[in-house]
Amino acid sequence: MYKHLLKLRYAYHPSIKFTHVHPSTQYTPIKMTVREAINLAMDEELAHDPNVFLLGEEVGQYQGAYKVSKGLFQKYGGDRVIDTPITEAGFTGIAVGAALYGLKPIVEFMTWNFAMQAIDHIINSAAKAHYMSAGDQKASIVFRGINGATAYVAAQHSQCFASWYSNVPGLVVLSPYDCDDAKSLLKAAVRNPNPVVFLENEILYSESFELSAEARDPNYLAPIGKAKIMRPGDHVTIVAFSKMVQYSLKAAEQLSNEGINCEVVNLRSLRPLDRETILESVKKTGRLVCVEEGWPQSGISAEITALIMEAGAFKYLDAPIQRVTGVEIPTPYAFNLEAMAFPKTEQIVDAVQNVLKGVR
Amino acid sequence: MKHFMRFSKISKAFQEVPSQYVYQINPIKNFEPIKQFRVIDLEGNLVAKEYNNIPKEILNQIFDLMISIEEMDNLLYMSQRQGKISFYMTSFGETATTVGTTAALQPQDFIFPQYREQGSFMWRGFTIEQIVNQCIGNHLDGGKGRQMPVHYGSKDLNIVTVSSPLTTQVPQASGAGYGFRVNGENKIAATWFGEGAASEGDFHSAMNFAQTLKCQTLFLCRNNHYAISTPTDDQFRGDTIAGKAPAYGMRTLKIDGNDLLAVYNGVKYAREQIIKNKEPFFIEFITYRIGDHSTSDHSVLYRSQEEIDSWKSGNNPINRLGLFLKKQGLRQFNDDHDNQIRKDVRNRVIAALKHGSEQQSPSIQDLFTDVYDEVLPHLQEQYTQLREHLTKYKDQYPINKFKGGL
Repeated sequence: MYKHLLKLRYAYHPSIKFTHVHPSTQYTPIKMTVREAINLAMDEELAHDPNVFLLGEEVGQYQGAYKVSKGLFQKYGGDRVIDTPITEAGFTGIAVGAALYGLKPIVEFMTWNFAMQAIDHIINSAAKAHYMSAGDQKASIVFRGINGATAYVAAQHSQCFASWYSNVPGLVVLSPYDCDDAKSLLKAAVRNPNPVVFLENEILYSESFELSAEARDPNYLAPIGKAKIMRPGDHVTIVAFSKMVQYSLKAAEQLSNEGINCEVVNLRSLRPLDRETILESVKKTGRLVCVEEGWPQSGISAEITALIMEAGAFKYLDAPIQRVTGVEIPTPYAFNLEAMAFPKTEQIVDAVQNVLKGVR
Repeated sequence: MKHFMRFSKISKAFQEVPSQYVYQINPIKNFEPIKQFRVIDLEGNLVAKEYNNIPKEILNQIFDLMISIEEMDNLLYMSQRQGKISFYMTSFGETATTVGTTAALQPQDFIFPQYREQGSFMWRGFTIEQIVNQCIGNHLDGGKGRQMPVHYGSKDLNIVTVSSPLTTQVPQASGAGYGFRVNGENKIAATWFGEGAASEGDFHSAMNFAQTLKCQTLFLCRNNHYAISTPTDDQFRGDTIAGKAPAYGMRTLKIDGNDLLAVYNGVKYAREQIIKNKEPFFIEFITYRIGDHSTSDHSVLYRSQEEIDSWKSGNNPINRLGLFLKKQGLRQFNDDHDNQIRKDVRNRVIAALKHGSEQQSPSIQDLFTDVYDEVLPHLQEQYTQLREHLTKYKDQYPINKFKGGL
């Protein structure tokens, strides 16, 4: 069992500790970080299907640029966990080719910001292949990486790509919030025959959440295209995804002290969007606040707003919809400027108060 | 503006050329590796006497700068560990390449850096204070607090701002070099990139276009053996990066990057050739990254301390230049003086960090300026909304730390 370790050219440092446990053991920890949940999902899927493999920069011997793939290289070897040379366009193209052949790659981008040079492969090749080949060519592939703001990394490392990818037919676009989402959505993504864009968040990697009994089951896959009501309420609906769910929950907590009950909807799936859950919630509350980290123009909130107009929920609205989004600038670095460039709890509280007053 | 015009059509009519053919299958596998140009050996002895032609003052200035950068890098790395700045990248072991090259170029030459070229910046006059203020992101930063640490640039010094996505600067240098040739300028576009960055698709496009369009571009590859944790064996095969350049039809040199005299002479030669022939030139420096990739890296996780120490003591650019200067009697000062230089730099960095951290942050107006050439109405509106928000929640924000307050 240790022979493949001896073949490693570089002895890895003894201070590397594995903090999650192999799924085949009886005990699975109840609380873990999102990073560990994603690691566990990949571990289970690599074990479950020999066609699944992980590739990207630093994912193997370095244990992952953000340590998300820790331990996987040692466990599955260099043929299943591949350290690529530096070229997103190159390794994404290679992965799409492997997927068209029938393998199931998981492509890790160090950040979605660096995937822009690979977007031609994601969209023109992976997303459109099935349709253009009249169903002959499937690309069962998962593209994952960190998306949106991270802190102190400025414009070229902080963009949110949710609206870009959720615009494209043929792609499935998912964005988890907590450990349940991260683990069961990623497993569902790997097993889904369509190309999936999986938008993670670096700050959430270190947050701990309880893993529910359902998500602990190695056979459980989250339903794609279903949002989750994180907190039920009657007065206002707050729709968010990824990191913004956290701020929305904090805002809802703060507002509940004033007797305002907000229903917080965690989208989880940006494409397909869970239109039903959003509409049912708006019909119940009559007021809607959409929160996203990305820029407002052509964003997720813009799509939800249009949806409400079109799907017969308009007559249920008691006030115009409020959007809380990132400021429309390339992200600056200086701590004070960056702090004001993205939505926080205060802005969401403000927006809820405005929607209750019926003002814009 | 002179245009490059073809005065006659190139004919592709078939012509039999017997010498073009062979009559046995003999595939080409490995070219003979290009050898590294060297002037001084590992102990600073002169092994290529005709290149001992650099003025004494310049050699001494270069040496002073190399040891200053070593001290500055040390302190700024530690200051990141202490939480004073959020990120830093050191250039231990590679300063002969950056300082030597920039000294051999002309001030009007454009430099397109990657991120490890503080040597280039500082040779041209970028100060310790400018570096520290940029890393802190205070209102004194020339970049208005917009960029993360080490992403500086300077229009005055003809150095294009550092940009995170790898290798994008390389085709940009081909483009600038094209402009210089077409306008008949006595300028070149010199671009830096690591051996890992040379794996990107942009590298191929840049090289191919530079040679076919005849751009006044100097390609400078710092082969420091590691791209974060990826060693060169996993990055490419073939004869390093230099082995690829002749395939583009480009003049190529491989230089011992820890040999300052070789670097200086090689770059000087390359620049002359570029201006004379109006064609690009490729140089690869073989060097070693003694430090971590950045403050987010811990390189002993993937390489041994023995390996690092073998380069640090056995093939170190500062030691080699220092020994050469001593043996030739060219070093103007003694060891005490060198220690004093190091001490002065340390004090200066510490003072800059202290002063920089006491400064206010950039003005909130700078959130909205420079997105376009003028602040458009929608941004003006958002600025107004922000001011209302800050007025309402003024106890939650450190407004007194913002330059210009609200």
